Amino acid sequence: MNKFGFTLSVPRVIDYDKNDRSVADLIAAKEPTFRLCIECGTCAATCTAGNFTDFSLREINVLLRRGENEAAAEKINRCMLCGKCILVCPRGVNTRNVLFIARETLSKTNGHERL
Amino acid sequence: MNSMVDVLVIGGGVAGMEAAGQLARSGYSVILAEKEPLTGGHLKNWYHLFPDRRDGNEVGEYLDNLVKNKNIEIRNNTCITGITGRKGKFTATASDGQVVEAEAVIVATGFDLFDSRRKEEYGYGIYPNVITSADLEKMFRNGSVKLADGGVPARIGFIHCVGSRDEKVGNLYCSKLCCITAVKQAMEVHEKISGVKTFCFYMDMRMGGAYYEEIYREAQEKYGVSFIRGKVSEVSQGYNGRLVIKAEDTLAGRPLRMELDMVVLMAGMEMSDAGEILAGKSSLRRGENRFFSTADNHTASNRSNMKGVFYAGTCTAPMNITESISHARAAVTEVVSYLREKKQRDE
Repeated sequence: MNKFGFTLSVPRVIDYDKNDRSVADLIAAKEPTFRLCIECGTCAATCTAGNFTDFSLREINVLLRRGENEAAAEKINRCMLCGKCILVCPRGVNTRNVLFIARETLSKTNGHERL
Repeated sequence: MNSMVDVLVIGGGVAGMEAAGQLARSGYSVILAEKEPLTGGHLKNWYHLFPDRRDGNEVGEYLDNLVKNKNIEIRNNTCITGITGRKGKFTATASDGQVVEAEAVIVATGFDLFDSRRKEEYGYGIYPNVITSADLEKMFRNGSVKLADGGVPARIGFIHCVGSRDEKVGNLYCSKLCCITAVKQAMEVHEKISGVKTFCFYMDMRMGGAYYEEIYREAQEKYGVSFIRGKVSEVSQGYNGRLVIKAEDTLAGRPLRMELDMVVLMAGMEMSDAGEILAGKSSLRRGENRFFSTADNHTASNRSNMKGVFYAGTCTAPMNITESISHARAAVTEVVSYLREKKQRDE
């Protein structure tokens, strides 16, 4: 009988209630313009890192806001902090500071030893 | 030249003409001051109007007929630069020294199109095949959509939100009409050039008017217009002379590069220079968006902070033609009540 049963796949849903969104709150507390992103992608359009690697600040932004911190942590070090994104953001997000604080906050958060 | 009338209407665009015409129909004497040699405002430059794509000249003719009224004196080339006075009598001065006295004033100074050269990264004024939505309307009116060298464009990109929703140019607000204009223009391009490919680069598709969403659908269904969700970060010219745009295809989650023959910038609406001058030489208040601020957003959108001075149309916020006409008629209602009450008090 032990051959009977269902294979439990981890659902790929964003478990909004379970996810820890405190990282996003911490970032927003230190850099309030973090909240202003409308996901237009201008930052990613101009990004050199994003041209060659799977890095999009817009994506990092939304991942953090949903509490998908591990997924964000995996990609966040690809940024080279050149700051071109600040020049193009139509919402005036201090993008480089968002990224800098996000890195710092994620590295201090449990479960992200890789940083 | 000194003259006293019931109402001075400042600005002979859609809202000003409608307001002047309706006041005149009700028997009020009106001076309609227009800074340009001709009335009609921006409408003169539009080819077909959304949502039904009728000829803009039809609405122009309606307005022209409306202001052909013995109660209206149209003063072209008259830029009113200041209003003084209080309830009862206003004195307006024009840049050429004319003085107009009126019992009430309707400010209908409208909007100016955003100067797309200010968005340097899009290359307007640098690359000849980067044009604005207004330039494209002119091409439609002239009968053909052509590149600077006379060639026919095979691929045209429309960039939404140029000068709108952009902190970098100081305009946080949405101009509201550029999305639907892009959709309309993309469809018309298909009618002028068979086989053309069109792409709209948008942040949000704001189809908030009657029959706008239906046009959006028609653009996909009948014309095959492509919609790509991502704001273009820059336009440049490639080695082969074609324009190259960079955006993030945010829904695919990857950067996107595309060659285009022509780029159309959907220029937003800004407080007009004429309005700015008037605001500077009167006590009329302006909002954070630089447009005139109304006494109450909901219940007094035609009233200013000066009793007896009213607003009509896009001098208060971006509006389409339908809304401008409605707003102008509402201003007329306010003026009529104001003048009646004033008369009763005076008696």
